[in-house]
Amino acid sequence: MSPEGRDGINLIITGIGGQGNILISRIIGEVTLGQGYWVTIGETYGASQRGGSVASHVRISKTTEQGPITPEGGADIVLGLEPVESLRMLGLYGSPKTTVISNTRPIHPMAVAIGEADYPDLDVIKNGIRDLTRQAWYLDATEIAIGLGAPLLTNMVMLGALAGSGRMPFGDEVFERQIRAAFTKEKLALNLKAFVLGVSTIRNQGSNPDVNVNKRA
Amino acid sequence: MSGIAANAPQTTQLMMGNEAIARGALEAGIGVAAAYPGNPSSEIIETLAKSAKERNLYVEWSINEKVAMEVAAAASFSNVRALCAMKQNGLNVALDFLSNLNLSGAKSGLVLAVCDDPGAISSTNEQDSRLVAKMLDLPLLEPSTAQEAKDMAKWAFTLSEEIANICILRSVTRISHARGKVTLGELPAIEKTARFDVTRKPYATVGEGAAKFHQALLQKLDRIREINETAPFNNYAGPEKPELLIITCGSGWFYSIEAIRILSAEKSVGILKLGTTWPLPEKLVRRHMLQTRRILVVEEVTPFLEGNLKELAADMAPAHPWIFHGKVSGHIPPFGELTPDIVIKAVTQILGLTYASRDSAYHQKSQEIVHRTVPPRGPQFCAGCPHRTTFWAIKNTLLLDGREGVLTGDIGCYGMGIMSTGFFQVKTMHAMGSGAGIASGLGKLNGFGFDQPVLTVCGDSTFFHATIPALINGIHSQSNFVLIILDNSGTAMTGFQPHPGIEMNAMGDPAPVLDIEKLCEGLGLNVVVTDAYDIKGTTEKLLDLLREDGKPRVLISRRECALIRAKREKALYKVRVAEEACIGEGCGCDRYCVRVFRCPGLIWDRESRRAKIDEAICSGCGVCVDVCPQAAIVREVIE
Repeated sequence: MSPEGRDGINLIITGIGGQGNILISRIIGEVTLGQGYWVTIGETYGASQRGGSVASHVRISKTTEQGPITPEGGADIVLGLEPVESLRMLGLYGSPKTTVISNTRPIHPMAVAIGEADYPDLDVIKNGIRDLTRQAWYLDATEIAIGLGAPLLTNMVMLGALAGSGRMPFGDEVFERQIRAAFTKEKLALNLKAFVLGVSTIRNQGSNPDVNVNKRA
Repeated sequence: MSGIAANAPQTTQLMMGNEAIARGALEAGIGVAAAYPGNPSSEIIETLAKSAKERNLYVEWSINEKVAMEVAAAASFSNVRALCAMKQNGLNVALDFLSNLNLSGAKSGLVLAVCDDPGAISSTNEQDSRLVAKMLDLPLLEPSTAQEAKDMAKWAFTLSEEIANICILRSVTRISHARGKVTLGELPAIEKTARFDVTRKPYATVGEGAAKFHQALLQKLDRIREINETAPFNNYAGPEKPELLIITCGSGWFYSIEAIRILSAEKSVGILKLGTTWPLPEKLVRRHMLQTRRILVVEEVTPFLEGNLKELAADMAPAHPWIFHGKVSGHIPPFGELTPDIVIKAVTQILGLTYASRDSAYHQKSQEIVHRTVPPRGPQFCAGCPHRTTFWAIKNTLLLDGREGVLTGDIGCYGMGIMSTGFFQVKTMHAMGSGAGIASGLGKLNGFGFDQPVLTVCGDSTFFHATIPALINGIHSQSNFVLIILDNSGTAMTGFQPHPGIEMNAMGDPAPVLDIEKLCEGLGLNVVVTDAYDIKGTTEKLLDLLREDGKPRVLISRRECALIRAKREKALYKVRVAEEACIGEGCGCDRYCVRVFRCPGLIWDRESRRAKIDEAICSGCGVCVDVCPQAAIVREVIE
């Protein structure tokens, strides 16, 4: 099952309202259910389209149905659509076993724009994540999405990164099948392209992500 | 038809709790569904609206929750099963009708799905609706999973018909907005015949006297209590004589199971899960209570179940002295939402166990890093939001006017007018329509030396829901205020549902439009319309209205929600900051565009020390061009 051998994976997808977090959590859920797993997805939204932090808890198990909230320290994977949001999640749900896959493109909170808080440098964020995880992958998913002509495709690039990381118990071809089923003909080509670019970007980083060697021992 | 309305019994789907409730209603063969949108309940009606044609349904977004309940009851009176959905605040609006409907009774299955929001994730309060079931002597069901949401919704119609009265299905955010595996049941035939039997006794509570009706209702409730004894939604798992008995319902069930699993306490702790929480299946509950001395009640918000269990226990005293743990003992907080860790903590305290989710060094480090590095992020108006520009104009107007004008408001996206991106302009915010009601009152205080101008904001959907009576009150009482209607063409906060001002109904069919402007003019009011993006024009118009006196005046600030528009068409402008024109930190403006105007599409580039447009966020409204004192922001029309 999970890389640690226990039953189940807790995946937390985090980002900002409007980034399409819920769409990819749903695709992952459909894929997981189709593969014969139990899956529960807990989503926090309501004010989500208004720029607040949004998280989807995707709880996967071969044997049992689980609740919509991950227990503290229970995240196996944090898929972050925004870098400080990836780090924020580790405060409550991280453990030395957690893997992070994060977009590197910041979205500044209002507190930063108005000068009440600083947005940390990417290196500072990466150092924090390294200290708190087993391994981490990074990609500028937003840049890739803008390259495809639509920043809204960031979520699909990140979904590709998750599928390409090998951290899920099924391969990217299963995700691809689900994506083909999820989109209308007009929207499919671009979304699939974004997904495939996410997969290849992570694959090109090889098996050498940002690993905390101390933690891995 | 695929998806939620698929006629594919025994197949499984990943369903949101709200979709599962809708599916259960379809399996029960409903004909009518009505609601006013409100998170976390909105998707129930949205789901049903999508299958209205295939399943021969009438689905509507009603003007408010009371009317929605009345529309659903009308179907029930006429032999058609009906569902009404609302959030907890909406229940208060519907309560006046409900507290008579329970006495008059109904006919065909009538289910009220009310979705509470523990923790107030998308609400102004976290009111616990279950108390209303007890107050109105109505049956109450609480699902714990998506599958149960579906199965209970269907069963609720049978229960409702058993007593010819309403059955309440209470969900919470973590059920309604969670997705889980649901195995589908059969869908019935879609033919329905509506007929109101005029020969039967009236649906009314006068005549024989309301007390008589009340007595009859209580007898019906006894019948439900008996049925609940064998209901499929109550079950126990654990040892025969548990050291600790957890009694739980709704979202508390998963957290309890997880806590016991994590603590490996299966041998000493049993879990009694109740799906029928009012009236309680007393014999079943007593049977389990007699097997233990210690009871922990796990539920969200109000100690409703806990109180009812203690009432039962009081009748069994003094022979069986239990130790009750829960909200009164302080083991489970009586506010906010539950988590697995809250239950873990309660169980470890009661049983004297030790547990740490992570080792303390990691925990400390994680707190320290996040605290030091991660900036806070709260909700804000979206890029291109017309509310931002209207509040900007209001702020400017009040400054120019200089008499400390008071702006009241109510619920909607524009409720963020109390916060930073609404420039802290809104000073009161309570229920739908309360802004206008409070304005009507403030505008009558001149006899006590009150000389501040009074303004109030409401959205277009709120205007229809609850502002109209308050406005009429203000007219008749000759109150002195300006009503600003923020008309963004939809119910934006809850997912852009249509309302009477939109030319389409819930099912996507054309519908007559009620013109807000003409409606207000028909009330004899001076109505001025402005484009929300025109900051200067709006400020001038509002300043003029503010200086009028004597009766309510109306400003309609109109501009479609940027999110609705973006679904349909491209951005209006390509916006950029002209690097040569922006003086950056050398400008006396002190980052005016970013720091004061607060649109998320505008960011401060630390390297160049200048403002910059974040192209991933900017909606292309071009409004900030008018805000920059240096005219350094440039917009080019996108062809």
